[in-house]
Amino acid sequence: MTGRAAARPAPGGRVAGSGDRAAGSTGNTGSAGSAESAGGGGRIRRARRAPGGGGGGRAFWTVRRRDNLVGYLLVAPQLLGSLLFVLLPLGLVLWYSLHEWNVLAGTFEFVGGENYDRLLADPNLGEVLGGTALFSVGLVVLNLGLALVLAVLLNQRLRGTTFFRTVFFSPVVVSLVAWTIVWQFLLQDDGGLNGLLAVAGADGPNWLRGEGTAMLSVVVVQVLKNVGLNMVLFLAALQGVPAQLYEAAELDGAGAWTRFARITVPLISPTILLTSIITVVGSLQVFAQIAVLTQGGPGMSTTVLVYYLYQQAFQFHHFGYGATLSVLLFAIVALLTVVQWRMRRRWVFNET
Amino acid sequence: MRPFGKPAAVALAALLTLTACGGGEATPAAQGPQPLRMTIWTSNEAHLKLFNEIAAEYKKTHPDVGEIKFDPIPFESYTTTLTTQIAGGNAPDLAWILESSAPDFVSSGALAPLDETLGKAQGYEFGDLTPSAVKLWQAEGKLYAYPFSTSPFGVFVNTDLLKKAGQKTPAEMIEDGTWTWEKVAAQNAAVEAETGKAGMVVRDFDYKGWDNLATVWGGWGAQAWSEDGKTCGFDSPEMVEAMTFLHKSIFTDKAFPGPGTTADFFAGDSAMTITQISRASLLQDAKFGWDLVPLPAGPKGEYSVIGQAGLGVFKKSANAAAATDFLAFFTNPANSAKLAAYFPPPRASQLTADTMAKSNPLLKPGQLQKVVIGGIEKGVVKPNHTGQAELSQTVRAALDPLWQPGADVKAVLDGVCAKIQPMLGA
Repeated sequence: MTGRAAARPAPGGRVAGSGDRAAGSTGNTGSAGSAESAGGGGRIRRARRAPGGGGGGRAFWTVRRRDNLVGYLLVAPQLLGSLLFVLLPLGLVLWYSLHEWNVLAGTFEFVGGENYDRLLADPNLGEVLGGTALFSVGLVVLNLGLALVLAVLLNQRLRGTTFFRTVFFSPVVVSLVAWTIVWQFLLQDDGGLNGLLAVAGADGPNWLRGEGTAMLSVVVVQVLKNVGLNMVLFLAALQGVPAQLYEAAELDGAGAWTRFARITVPLISPTILLTSIITVVGSLQVFAQIAVLTQGGPGMSTTVLVYYLYQQAFQFHHFGYGATLSVLLFAIVALLTVVQWRMRRRWVFNET
Repeated sequence: MRPFGKPAAVALAALLTLTACGGGEATPAAQGPQPLRMTIWTSNEAHLKLFNEIAAEYKKTHPDVGEIKFDPIPFESYTTTLTTQIAGGNAPDLAWILESSAPDFVSSGALAPLDETLGKAQGYEFGDLTPSAVKLWQAEGKLYAYPFSTSPFGVFVNTDLLKKAGQKTPAEMIEDGTWTWEKVAAQNAAVEAETGKAGMVVRDFDYKGWDNLATVWGGWGAQAWSEDGKTCGFDSPEMVEAMTFLHKSIFTDKAFPGPGTTADFFAGDSAMTITQISRASLLQDAKFGWDLVPLPAGPKGEYSVIGQAGLGVFKKSANAAAATDFLAFFTNPANSAKLAAYFPPPRASQLTADTMAKSNPLLKPGQLQKVVIGGIEKGVVKPNHTGQAELSQTVRAALDPLWQPGADVKAVLDGVCAKIQPMLGA
C-alpha cells in the first residue's frame, strides 16, 4: 500500500511526508513519556529545547536526531535480516557464478564468464525454460481462474458457504510434502484416481509417467494445494465492492455478466494484480512437487528451472553453474514482476 | 579453500557482535578429547547399537577421543546431503560412500589414503582384503576407502505364491538346471495370471534407478559402458537383446509389474524380488514361505552382481589422524566379524558359510554359500563412473521412452548412447 502511495508523483511525497511526521510525533510522545518517568526536570529541559532544535547546535542529541536514532534502531533487525539473508546471499550467488567450485576436491577457481557461456550453449536449457513456461502459464491461468470462480460462488449468503470456504482453504495449511505424497499415491497407474475412473468405466492414463499427463498432474496438484489462498484474497476483495453499484447497474438494465465484467473485475483488479504476482513468482519456484512426483521426468518434461538448478548444483556438483542458473532465475522473476507492475496502470482500477 | 568461509564468517562475526552472544573461539585449540562424526545411511537400531558398542570399546583405550557420533542421513538423499555438508564447511570426519559415487570421491582427493595406517595397525591383516573388493576404492595404488560392505544381489522367492500358481520351486529348478531368465519370466507371468499378485520386482528400480537393471542384463553379458568407462554399451547387441527381453516381459507377459505400480515383496505382494541379502532382516516376521537363490542364468550363463559401500576419512578433517585410527579399529578382524552380521566383509578369511551363518540366523549355510560367497567371487560391481549422478540422470531421461508399450527398443538405446557418449568421452 505504501508502495503505491509513494509511486504517485506529487501527492505521494506529501503522504510520505505526513507519514514521517506521524512517526516523529509518536517518537516524541514515547521519549517524552520516558523522560517523564525519569524525572520532571527532563521534561522541562526537553520542552525548552524542542522549538529551537533546528538552529541550536549546542547539544548533539537534538529531537530530530533522537527520533532518527529510534527509527533506525526500530528498523535495524529487519534491515540486518535482509542484509544477511537476502542481499549477502544474492551477492554471493553472483560471485559463485563466476567460479568453478569443486566441492569434493575443495578447489574454488575464478573462471570469469565461462559459466555464462555454458548457459548459452546448454542443450537442455531450451527444454527446461519451455517446461518452466508451460508450468507457470498453466498454473497461473488455472489457479486464478478457479480461485475467482470459487470466490464468486462462495460470496453468497447461503447455508454451508462457511463449510465450503473451509474445505477449499484447508489444503493451504496442509504440509506441502504430505499433500504431494498423498497425490503421488492417487496418481499411480493402479492408484486411487484410476480406480475411480475404472468404476466409471474409463481407463485412466498412467498420469505421472506420460509426457503430457505428467506436467498436467503436477500443475493440478499445485493448483488444488494453493487455490484456497487466492480464493480468500478474492473473497475479501469481493466483499469490498459496494452493493449500491450493483443495484444501480441492475436498474440500468445490466445483466449478470455485464455487472461482473464492468463492476466486479475493475473493482477487484488491485487484488488480481497482487494474486497474479504472488502466483507467478510462486510458480517459478516450484520444487518439492517436482522432486516428489516426477523427479523431472518422464524425459525432461517436468524439469523446471528450479529443479534443474538443484540437479546441477547439489546432485551433479556443478555449484558454479548452479549459481549461474539461479542468476538467470532471479533475472526472470525480477523481469516478470517489473512488467506486471508497469502494466498495472493499464488495467488496475484506481491507478493513474 | 572454503568459499563460504570469509564472507560468511564476517557476517556471522557481525551478527555475534551485535547480538552479543559470541560463543568464544570456534574451535577449542586442539586439546582435550576430540569428537568424531561419521555419516551413515542406515538408521536401523540393531546396526546403530553395534556401532555404538564398537565405539565405546575404542574409547576405553583412547581417552583422547571424545564422543563418536554416528549420524544417519536418509539413503535416497545421502550423497546430496553429504556434498552439501562438505560445501557448507561442515564435513564429517568419516563417511560411508556409495559405490555409485565412489569414483568421484576416490579420484577427487577429498579422502585420506588409508594404506599406511591399516598396514601398520597391529593384527589388522591388511593383506586379507580381497582384491576384487578393494578395486573400486583404489586410485594410483592407494586405498581411499575401506569396502565395509560387499553385498551380492540375489533373488528372494515367495514359495507359497509359486505353489499357488502351480509352479516349481527355485530349488527344484536349480537342480534341473532350468533356473534361467526365460523360465523364471514364464513362472512370474503365470503367478500374475493365476493369483493377480505381481511377478518379479527389481527392487529400487521403479523405472528410475536403472543401474539396478544390471542384475538382469548381466545375464546377457551387457554393460552400461566399457571397462575403461569410455564407450557407451547401451547400443551393444547384448544390451538390445537383454532390454528386448525385459520390455516383452514387462508389457506383453506381465512378468514384472509395470511402471507406476508398486508391489512390495516383503509384504507378500510379489512372487520374487532381486535385492541384496541385507534385506533378509525384513523377513523376520514373514507370513509366507521363502527362499534365497542366486540370479537366474541368462543366455551367457551364470553371473553375479554386487553392490558396495566404502568407509573413508576426509583429508580436510581436523581430526583426520584420529579418524583413520578409529577406522582401523572399526574394521579390524574382530569387529569385521561382528559387522558381518549385516555387511558382508571384504576379508577372504571371513568369507566362509560357517562364519557368516553365525551372524545371519535367518539364512541357511547353503543359501549363504551359493548367493554370498559364490557371488562375491565372480561378482561385477553395479555401474559406476566419475560424474555418475549426471550420467545417471541423463540415462534415466533417455530411457524413459522405453517404458511404454510398443516402444522401439533399439532406437531408444541408440538415443541413450547419443546422449551419454559425449559425457563418457570427455
